[in-house]
Amino acid sequence: MTSAPDAKQGRSLFDKVWEEHVVARAAGEPDLLYIDLHLVHEVTSPQAFEALRAAGRPVRRPDLTMATADHGVPTIDRDRGITDSLSRRQVETLVANCAANGITMFGMDDPRQGIVHVVGPEQGLVQAGMTIVCGDSHTSTHGAFGSLALGIGTSEVEHVLATQTLPQRKPRSMAIDIDGRLPQGVTAKDAILGVISRIGVDGGTGHVFEYRGSVVRSLSMEGRMTMCNMSIEAGARAGMIGPDDTTFEYIEGRPFAPKGVQWDEALDHWRSLASDEGVGFDAVHRFDGADFEPYVTWGTNPSQAIPVGDPVPSPDQFDDAQERQAAARALEYMALDPGTPMTEIRIDRVFIGSCTNGRIEDLRAAAAVAAGRKVHSRVGAMVVPGSGLVKAQAEAEGLDRVFTDAGFEWRDAGCSMCLAMNGDSLYPGERCASTSNRNFEGRQGPAGRTHLVSPAMATAAAISGRFVDVRAWGS
Amino acid sequence: MEAIVTHTGRMAPLLRPNIDTDQIIPQRFLKRIERTGFGRFLFADWAEDEEGEPIASFVLNRPEYRKASVLITGRNFGSGSSREHAPWALQDRGFRVIIAPSFADIFRANCHKVGLLTVELPTDRVEALAGLAEQDPTATVTIDLEAQTVSAHGVETGFDIDPYVRYSLMHGIDGIATTLERAHMISRYEELRPAFRPSLRGSGNTEDGERHG
Repeated sequence: MTSAPDAKQGRSLFDKVWEEHVVARAAGEPDLLYIDLHLVHEVTSPQAFEALRAAGRPVRRPDLTMATADHGVPTIDRDRGITDSLSRRQVETLVANCAANGITMFGMDDPRQGIVHVVGPEQGLVQAGMTIVCGDSHTSTHGAFGSLALGIGTSEVEHVLATQTLPQRKPRSMAIDIDGRLPQGVTAKDAILGVISRIGVDGGTGHVFEYRGSVVRSLSMEGRMTMCNMSIEAGARAGMIGPDDTTFEYIEGRPFAPKGVQWDEALDHWRSLASDEGVGFDAVHRFDGADFEPYVTWGTNPSQAIPVGDPVPSPDQFDDAQERQAAARALEYMALDPGTPMTEIRIDRVFIGSCTNGRIEDLRAAAAVAAGRKVHSRVGAMVVPGSGLVKAQAEAEGLDRVFTDAGFEWRDAGCSMCLAMNGDSLYPGERCASTSNRNFEGRQGPAGRTHLVSPAMATAAAISGRFVDVRAWGS
Repeated sequence: MEAIVTHTGRMAPLLRPNIDTDQIIPQRFLKRIERTGFGRFLFADWAEDEEGEPIASFVLNRPEYRKASVLITGRNFGSGSSREHAPWALQDRGFRVIIAPSFADIFRANCHKVGLLTVELPTDRVEALAGLAEQDPTATVTIDLEAQTVSAHGVETGFDIDPYVRYSLMHGIDGIATTLERAHMISRYEELRPAFRPSLRGSGNTEDGERHG
């Protein structure tokens, strides 16, 4: 791994997408960027709509805005509606705001409803070379298509609703090169956990990543989305991957994909977006895919990840005094002793889903491990598809039966226990193997303990009741 | 947005690295559709035990730090979720300035949008300020955004800040109004956008192809 500035020559994917979207540029000011697609959900938008209304400002481009309800929706007993009155009011407010402003919303009764970052790509709304924003940090997901996708706050949501633009200083660029091949049984989730464990939770702050190299090229769009999704967990402003035939094949034929002559025009344009040969980056990190293993997090941020075969680290292993204290605090919160093999850690719950790992490929990987096996008697395990359409696809393939036969709960689509806003939550002290993106204190419920893993590793943990190296199972 | 040019206030020291926005305001308090009233949920899981009783040792529960308006904290403050409820909660609790060695990008942008000043100082300066606040909770610090200086007993230092952010904070600029002055440029850009870009026109609720066509 090296980190050194390259000489600048030519333009990167990031440079090209940025320049194409500059509406106005003035000395000393941020560039004003045009936004091609604004994704909206119920938690970070109500105050933005309210402020617009108070100022008498209309939504400029409802036709470039898409909404769905995901954070607070129940994943069970949908026919009873949302029983939590505050969450119900939040979703009803989104429905009303969309209706009042002419915005398309995939509501709870729509088969296309789901996690906003699963729905956008699935509908073909996310394409190459776009600028995309959402009041959600995991907007970085959409960089997998070679788009610049930025997570923003509610004031910026309001700004985009009113103007379809966003003033931005251009971040620095960072190449994340992963060459070679991933070993058998090592997934995109493991690769990104491996990267974050090496560069740190703020290793990407102020930068936009471009993921490159043979490992990245070999990934499906689902795998690329998993990687880009977690760019924010390294602090990056966004993560991008140069669009290629894998990208175009994914987009083609989806409901909002270009058709006919427009498809040909789009393809010509998309093929011009790849970073120029030899282009420089402000920083470069190089990895060999062969060095990555199935990872499990032991602490309370996503960089605190180690290979499943390793023992829990000791705070003494950290040089920096603050990091040492943080590790000690994390171990106390996680109720782990240094030196304990990760494979001896018993778990209570398993969550398979989220915008990180709630797509069809993730469910297939989990089902391949679950097939013919049973969830451990102590463990409560659930599978939450990323969207209604992912759920329908999985059911068409019979994956739901594989899961329910093994003892997993098969739920409806939403963010669910990734952030535990909808009632799906850990009890205090419970320990969870989770395919989500954050192991922060309390993330899956107050005093809950989260270990981040891949879908295959989560499934193996559900069956064993503790962490195991899924590669030993040969599936 | 309330402008901020200079601020003098007491400090609360909370020197942990990587404090994420899930800690600043946990997810279960994000269900409200209002913009105000989030202050009482600030650092809820550190401030209260599982029975909802205040944890006396937590710095913001200690009476001597109740009046603090400047938070002194660790590296990478505000990482994780983009929830603007985090700066809203800090502001609602009376904080006007946060001083740390570094901030997460989205959090910092959110702070500036609502008029909460973030100041980056080298770690040793941050630790000196925290030390001062621990030694004497009544000690004050003055942040002068115009001069770009931080002054407290034994700590005098300058700081860097994006000049446009500085200007916006000092004048309480409404960013939307500023952008709308360029509406003609946005319209011109829209005329030249490629036709293959996706649109939701005609699907679902969207029916107003007229408005900006």
